[in-house]
Amino acid sequence: MSTGLLYALAGVVLFALGAAGVIVLAHLLRKILAFNVMGSGAFLVLVGLAQRTGVPDPVPQAMVLTGIVVAVAATALALGLARAWHARTGRGTLTEGEDRD
Amino acid sequence: MNRLARGVTVGVGVALAVALVVALLELPAAAIHLPGTVAQHLAQSGVEHPVTAVLLNFRGWDTLLEVAVLLLALLTLLTLSGGQAAVAAVEADPLLQGLARKALPLIILMAGYLLWAGAHRPGGAFQAGAVLAAGAVLLQLAGLLPAWAAPGRLLRLGLTLGFLVFLAVAAALLGQGALLQYPPASAGGLILLIEAGLTLSLGLILAGLFLFVTGRRA
Amino acid sequence: MMTLAFDWLLVVALLWSAWRCLASADLNRAVVMFIVFGLLMALAWARLDAPDIALAEAAIGAGLTGALLLDALGALRARREGRDVHGEAP
Repeated sequence: MSTGLLYALAGVVLFALGAAGVIVLAHLLRKILAFNVMGSGAFLVLVGLAQRTGVPDPVPQAMVLTGIVVAVAATALALGLARAWHARTGRGTLTEGEDRD
Repeated sequence: MNRLARGVTVGVGVALAVALVVALLELPAAAIHLPGTVAQHLAQSGVEHPVTAVLLNFRGWDTLLEVAVLLLALLTLLTLSGGQAAVAAVEADPLLQGLARKALPLIILMAGYLLWAGAHRPGGAFQAGAVLAAGAVLLQLAGLLPAWAAPGRLLRLGLTLGFLVFLAVAAALLGQGALLQYPPASAGGLILLIEAGLTLSLGLILAGLFLFVTGRRA
Repeated sequence: MMTLAFDWLLVVALLWSAWRCLASADLNRAVVMFIVFGLLMALAWARLDAPDIALAEAAIGAGLTGALLLDALGALRARREGRDVHGEAP
């Protein structure tokens, strides 16, 4: 198995882990963490799959580079929304009764 | 979420992972060879590093819109936290302040190097901007830089400069036919100009994502 | 052989840190595990011959996102404790 394919497979598992986390976890901060894990998995698949023959491919690398910067902006925005939600309702979760932290 | 729904979700997640792993393992080889195409056209791109060539020349369109997305995210964040007063800066830790003062020139030097290196080796506007933003966050955490209130005229100009320079170059090239298709002779200079603007703006935007929000209470 | 062993070790560490980040009961620990995950991702990019992404990931994925998350966590905690003091919290 080539290095690229190995990391692409790890990316797939991370993506599924993050996707399940976004749905299952109640706290908004945890949902944002899970979303980031999901994004990192997608990035690994993009680059790893393109490089499974062992040749570095600059095109997906450039796409992922922009993707990382957009991901941090999305995270900051999501955190801002979570803060505004917390300020308005006093809750860290979307539905009532699950606020454990 | 009750226990049943939780179990079903985890089960679906595991099934998704297994299906995707099987799909990846059975995927046929790619029909097109992009690294070869990039290497073929690298000589006309104005830079020697393939990733920078893709980012700012072959797919410059994506990068232009990406900067617009970043600005949009920052604007939305500003609207969210608008009308909230920033609390006083964090208490000063003399050791951290000394370290931050010593590190700041090195951080700026490193950002400049990364910007310059992007033309022929790993580096470029994104990494340089990220390093600048990290420097600003370090200053804030050390208590040397207060959290930003609503942006003044100069800060607004700095935040949008990279996008505006990029847009101006794109508009100027529109007369020659295609959008963002640099003439090979001046491509290197134009890319460096765009990257310099992007470094400053990305640094300010990424720093703003932290500095406009931190230390605020409703 | 050595590099293959390193790749497997790194992949296991990536999956483990992501799992700990999502499954940990303590939010503080979850955020710290996410920063660890970001640093391991930077190593993975270096192994994938993508030094550009490794640089960006180390500065942004681990550094800037970590600062944002810790700041948000602190703000949520402070507001909650402030409410507790005034007896408004549930």
